[in-house]
Amino acid sequence: MALPEGWEMVCGLEVHCELNTATKLFCSCPNDFGSEPNTNVCPVCLGLPGSLPVLNGQAVELAIRIGTALGCEVKPSIFARKNYFYPDMPKDYQVSQYDKPINVDGFLDLPDGSQVGIERAHMEEDTGKSSHAGGTGRISSSTHSLVDYNRAGVPLVEIVSRPDIFSADQARAYAAELRSILVATGASDGKMEEGSMRVDANVSVRHPGDPLGTRCEIKNLNSLRSLVRGIEYEAARQVELIESGKKVRQETRHWDEGAGRTRTGRVKEEADDYRYFPEPDLVPLAPDAAWVEAVRSALPVLPAARRRALAAAAGLEPATELVVTAVERGLDAFVLEAVAAGAEARTALNRAVNDLPVNVSWGSAQLTATGSLSADGAVQVTSFAALIGLEVSGALTATQAKKVLEALFERGGDADPAALAAELGFEAMAADTLATSVDDVVAAHPGDWASYVGGNDKVAGMFVGKVMKATKGKADGKAVTALLQQRRAAEAP
Amino acid sequence: MTTAVELAAAVRTGTATARQVLEEHLGRIAVRDGELHAFNEVTGDAARVAADAVDARAGRGEDPGPLAGVPVALKDNLCTRGVPTTCSSKILAGWKPPYDATVVQRLAAAGAVVIGKTNLDEFAMGSSTENSAFGPTRNPHDPSRVPGGSSGGSAAAVAAGFAPLALGSDTGGSIRQPAALCGVVGVKPTYGLVSRYGLIAFASSLDQIGPFAASVEDAAVLLEVIAGHDPLDSTSLDRPAPELASQLGRGVAGLKVGLVTELTGEGIEPEVAERTRQAAAALEAAGAVVREVSVPSLTYGLSAYYLIAPAEASSNLARYDGVRYGLRATGAEDITQMYGATRAAGFGPEVKRRIMLGTYALSAGYYDAYYGKAQKVRTLIVRDFAAAYAEVDVLLSPTTPSVAFPLGAKTADPLSMYLNDVCTIPSNLAGHPAISVPFGTGASGLPVGVQLMAPALGEATMFRAAAAVEAAARHLTPVEVT
Repeated sequence: MALPEGWEMVCGLEVHCELNTATKLFCSCPNDFGSEPNTNVCPVCLGLPGSLPVLNGQAVELAIRIGTALGCEVKPSIFARKNYFYPDMPKDYQVSQYDKPINVDGFLDLPDGSQVGIERAHMEEDTGKSSHAGGTGRISSSTHSLVDYNRAGVPLVEIVSRPDIFSADQARAYAAELRSILVATGASDGKMEEGSMRVDANVSVRHPGDPLGTRCEIKNLNSLRSLVRGIEYEAARQVELIESGKKVRQETRHWDEGAGRTRTGRVKEEADDYRYFPEPDLVPLAPDAAWVEAVRSALPVLPAARRRALAAAAGLEPATELVVTAVERGLDAFVLEAVAAGAEARTALNRAVNDLPVNVSWGSAQLTATGSLSADGAVQVTSFAALIGLEVSGALTATQAKKVLEALFERGGDADPAALAAELGFEAMAADTLATSVDDVVAAHPGDWASYVGGNDKVAGMFVGKVMKATKGKADGKAVTALLQQRRAAEAP
Repeated sequence: MTTAVELAAAVRTGTATARQVLEEHLGRIAVRDGELHAFNEVTGDAARVAADAVDARAGRGEDPGPLAGVPVALKDNLCTRGVPTTCSSKILAGWKPPYDATVVQRLAAAGAVVIGKTNLDEFAMGSSTENSAFGPTRNPHDPSRVPGGSSGGSAAAVAAGFAPLALGSDTGGSIRQPAALCGVVGVKPTYGLVSRYGLIAFASSLDQIGPFAASVEDAAVLLEVIAGHDPLDSTSLDRPAPELASQLGRGVAGLKVGLVTELTGEGIEPEVAERTRQAAAALEAAGAVVREVSVPSLTYGLSAYYLIAPAEASSNLARYDGVRYGLRATGAEDITQMYGATRAAGFGPEVKRRIMLGTYALSAGYYDAYYGKAQKVRTLIVRDFAAAYAEVDVLLSPTTPSVAFPLGAKTADPLSMYLNDVCTIPSNLAGHPAISVPFGTGASGLPVGVQLMAPALGEATMFRAAAAVEAAARHLTPVEVT
């Protein structure tokens, strides 16, 4: 959905991700999703009088992983209190980072070649979760509210992008890329549906070249699909407002997935005054340079570099959909291993992305130490490479190769693709057998053949189909076409 | 009066039982605490169980610890598992902590017996213990007068012989000022020496738990027990408890003592100023080298303190909102009304005043002018102290500008009440240790205290000087009224 001519959308994203730590940010309660309400709590995360926070070192390490993966500078930082009253916040202040965040000034390279600046990626604690009971579920109709403090104190990193995003698709690509980095570094599981990755979008519109317009913050974007729809809706809404002579009001708006629109949440008459001040119960955080370097050098290869490596091997551009998808699904290492084992890269990439069973849930690190795909079924990389070899040499047709791959997956282990092909009756036909077949079909349809020789290519498909039928699908369509063309060339006047 | 050290020795060697010691103190409380109101709650039953356990250990030949069988009173802002901990506020009505403060655990491990929870100014905000929601504590030396505050209950309990030892908390003088007014020893340790885990916060960057005792030696032993690193407090210093009691006899020969110019002149009552000069002379007589030292920025301490402490308090006290524990106002239509009604009903006027001051000081547009500037003053005070400690080992001043004043004398004028802490606040701002030692009485016959200050972790030297002052105090004659 494009904006009307002469308009441009500008978007910045704020992404909160829950860190994959064993325990909470300031206490030793488990960091678990889905436990019984109010079971993972203690005096510290309940903010009981007299309790004090102690910083979780693992959370700091994961925050540094995120920062270094995003090319940020990791700096000495301090925690600050963000003061506001809300029942799901046990202390009525949130311990966050304000003017001295741990990670600043990074960037994220997107598959399409664009780059989005990262302003900061700071640490903070999550709040509890309220639910409103005795009505429709909305706070206005409820008779009372329930609060679950299991999430209170769960470590978060908030990643704030610069307003470098100019379309909903780019926003989607940013969120997807960021998620793959969070997963690849082990910092977060990045599950939007469980709320472990939450995306808020600041959206404004302008005529290209103008200063930034008034922005609205869109919340409740619980999936990549919602993110795209919400941003597109909001930008269009703002353009319509301005074009009808009205003004955009700075406010927080909530995306309503069912209704397909954003609704006014909280109107910001003036900037919130959170009365930030340094958290006196914690000491300044100054990760030493050696630690930061150790974390940085232990980072896995990140998606952008993986796309580049795969693209180079296959002679493609990194932004090619096939390459992007392969890396997104964590198949790149498998393909590269197959290439190392002798497989032709582009065919291997094609088969891996398009023909491995789609019901397998792809995460990262699918490739095990033994070089097999550790999904439900397992395909040894050597078997896969051998299969690609059979296809490239013409011993198997593309269709046959896909069927053998399927069988490989079902059989698993190190089954021999040639043997499997034989089992399936897929021996490649000898060239003379195929030629005989073609001769037979041509002889049986003299009228059509004359038409073909006269230049009517449309009948070629009919001939191929007849040969396929006669050979019970063993013929290679490409080889048949080639034979037909040879024969026509020989007969043509 | 028998000291804590003597009592512990008697219990450890079997010449007395913890239970006997406890009953004797409970008896004194029964006789006089109705009048003084040092305690919010006397935990007699739990204390008897604890005392019997100490006796059982001693009976089995085990060492029950350095404070074996010594009753200790706890300021009622220290969390005690299953025992109401009120901060003398209505807003914590009915709340029982599910855990013990670190200092409470350390006391138990040392064989001490918690005898009760003492009264305080609500959330430790005050200098007279008149800001308690449960009524004031009275000074054992003259029940028409205040005991000081905010740890007035703990000071009065030791002065009245209800307990040989007590713990208080000191944010701007809340241990030393009541100690001075009640004629007992009170110590504010180096920030971070004693764990704050389980101390209900007033102003986190200033709060520190410390001892009350009838003697310098008892205070030293109690501090040794409660000090030392605690992984539950991020601001706790990573070092072991200092050795203090064993150093007391070393004397002060050659020790360099500075009498603080800014804290001995204007605003200090003559009887207090006179006793302070006598203390300086006594130290000199004991071999110390005494000189006058100026610490210029100290005069701004009070102003900085009344921005920083309320700012932190406004945030620390936000959690008392009626949602999870304590008081909850009924009849509210929505959450915002409930917050407002709960806090209006639950907090007393002084607490409200400081929450408003602190909220204002942190507000956008005012932060730099108030909170920010106060932090700069704090830095200046640290710098000026450092310059002074380049010249001398300890600093000497009065603890308070005056002796104990009558109840009600200053409640109508918050500023005159705040001025009580002018001598004590600088040590909190700098995070340094300070001790108040009784040094005779004033013209009215009421106790006077003098304060010794030291640089961070200078407790051993500070206690040595305190012991010398204490020894000299035994030979004082009544002060002349001029």
